[in-house]
Amino acid sequence: MPADMRTYLAHVELPNPILTAAGCAGTGRELAPFADVTRLGALTTPTITMSPRAGRPTPRMAETPSGLLNAVGLQGPGIEAFLSRELPWLAERGVRTVVSIGGGSVAEFSALARKLTGAPGVTALEVNLSCPNVEDRGRVFARDPSAAGEVVSAVRTGARYDLPVIAKLAPDVADVVAIAKACVDGGAEALSMINNPVGMAIDVDRMRPALAAGTGGLSGPAIRPLAVKAVWQVHAALPGTPVIGMGGVTSGRDALELVLAGACAVAVGTVLFHDPYAGHRVLRELEELLQERGFDRLADAVGLAHRPSHRTDREESSL
Amino acid sequence: MAGSPVQVTGTVLTMRRVDAYHAMTVVAPGIADRFRPGHFVTVAVGGPRTSTLTRRAFAVHDVKPDYGGTVELVFTVRGAGTAWLADRRARDPLDLIGPLGRPFPLPRDPASCLLVGSEYGAAGLFALADALQQRNCRVDFVLGAASSDRVFGALRARRMAETATLTTRDGSLGVRGSVVDVLPGVIADTHADVVYAAGPMATLGGVTAVCADLDIPVQVSVEELMACGIGVCMTCTVPVIGDDGVTRMTRACVDGPVFRGERVRFGDLGTIPFDAHGAPGGDRAR
Repeated sequence: MPADMRTYLAHVELPNPILTAAGCAGTGRELAPFADVTRLGALTTPTITMSPRAGRPTPRMAETPSGLLNAVGLQGPGIEAFLSRELPWLAERGVRTVVSIGGGSVAEFSALARKLTGAPGVTALEVNLSCPNVEDRGRVFARDPSAAGEVVSAVRTGARYDLPVIAKLAPDVADVVAIAKACVDGGAEALSMINNPVGMAIDVDRMRPALAAGTGGLSGPAIRPLAVKAVWQVHAALPGTPVIGMGGVTSGRDALELVLAGACAVAVGTVLFHDPYAGHRVLRELEELLQERGFDRLADAVGLAHRPSHRTDREESSL
Repeated sequence: MAGSPVQVTGTVLTMRRVDAYHAMTVVAPGIADRFRPGHFVTVAVGGPRTSTLTRRAFAVHDVKPDYGGTVELVFTVRGAGTAWLADRRARDPLDLIGPLGRPFPLPRDPASCLLVGSEYGAAGLFALADALQQRNCRVDFVLGAASSDRVFGALRARRMAETATLTTRDGSLGVRGSVVDVLPGVIADTHADVVYAAGPMATLGGVTAVCADLDIPVQVSVEELMACGIGVCMTCTVPVIGDDGVTRMTRACVDGPVFRGERVRFGDLGTIPFDAHGAPGGDRAR
């Protein structure tokens, strides 16, 4: 019998645990020719900002071993264009949509939350904490527990009570658990991790940085161990908080690794650039792996790796 | 209409060397059916457990109805991904997505068309030449490269076009110099009504400048680094002036790769123009 794949983000039930990561699935329209986006657990939008953003100059991308460095700079049309053009397309098709939001100040985050709260088709808000805080010399919110908690609490206050708020954490911080706790204290119902750690590559032929912006976010299988560690630590400290695991997932095995570390949902990101059908493939593979291992429910596998190992096999339970 | 792109597992039919380039023919019926000149395809490289995640984008040199539909790609080995691709042999599977992008617009009435190609960018122009000739357009070619072995399709261009002007930077074939240097003369000789160009950005900028001087419409197929080819990764953006006169960072993969030359801000490549939609500080200026 196939395993029950349902999962919960706060009180919101998703039919399956596979999401797309912010900025990796476009606004749904781009993926639609290759895969049925309504069958995803949820689609996460690119980070939406208050005003339109042109992003960073090109080159914005550099391929690294098993990874990708990017410095797109949150290019997007701004919240008004998102609400009038992009969200309705998703809502009409019934795509469960997590809207990622980003701002340069606490007030901007809270204004975005208020604008999105009544909009039809929004399943949850994801707070992109890896945004520079213009009011604090460009220090990234995700690096500072109090700033992260403050932003989350502003979004929680701005959004309606029944709209779950997810905080997206960065891995390149001193203590991810402290940030996670601050976000949950600020009112986050769920946490997603990890955002891209910052990296850099230099083109040795041109003898200059490979990206126009100099540094960029590293994604892809190269960062998966960072994701497993972050999910593991946060699940151990906050076992009751739903965690969406992401970072270099390319197969069902990768997804299962994050589930066993404590994620109740898993997002695919960079792999969608490689294979736009990857979300559905990862879901099928994860289902098969759970079934092979005798699980009736996905929920039974969440965080299982934290339990002490024992030698008895499941088949021997007849004793 | 061209229809939407598809993802298929194609089968390599033939691999051959064409001067400095590799030409690969792949059986990919769904893509061949939908193809129009100017479309491109992307290829996943490195096999199922690849460590190179970005897809490689290629112009389509030719489509044929054989075996239900084949597409031919032309490429040169520039890194690990194209090296892997060059090692493919007949019957190997290949993950292809296509046809992608916006194709070349074709003139409604017969016109004199000049096709300008630099390096292997020229590969994408031959399907266009076929389509133009079917519409009774006059076709002329200007093909150029650094050296003679890198001039792609010279023989085919000579055979099919009214005239084919070749240029090499080292003077080993045709005129010494670049395609841009000979362009004013060729436009005058062929009475070109419209110019189509493909190749590196610097060449396209030069071609566009010449055409703007002579007041001739020019369509360019741009080359910008892509990761996905389907419009999700936002890395292949180019500053392009829209119909409303506003410059936007425009995705070459879904809104291009073909643009009207004068709409592309070649001088501002690699920057965010200060007046672009959403440029830093733009909301304060307005």
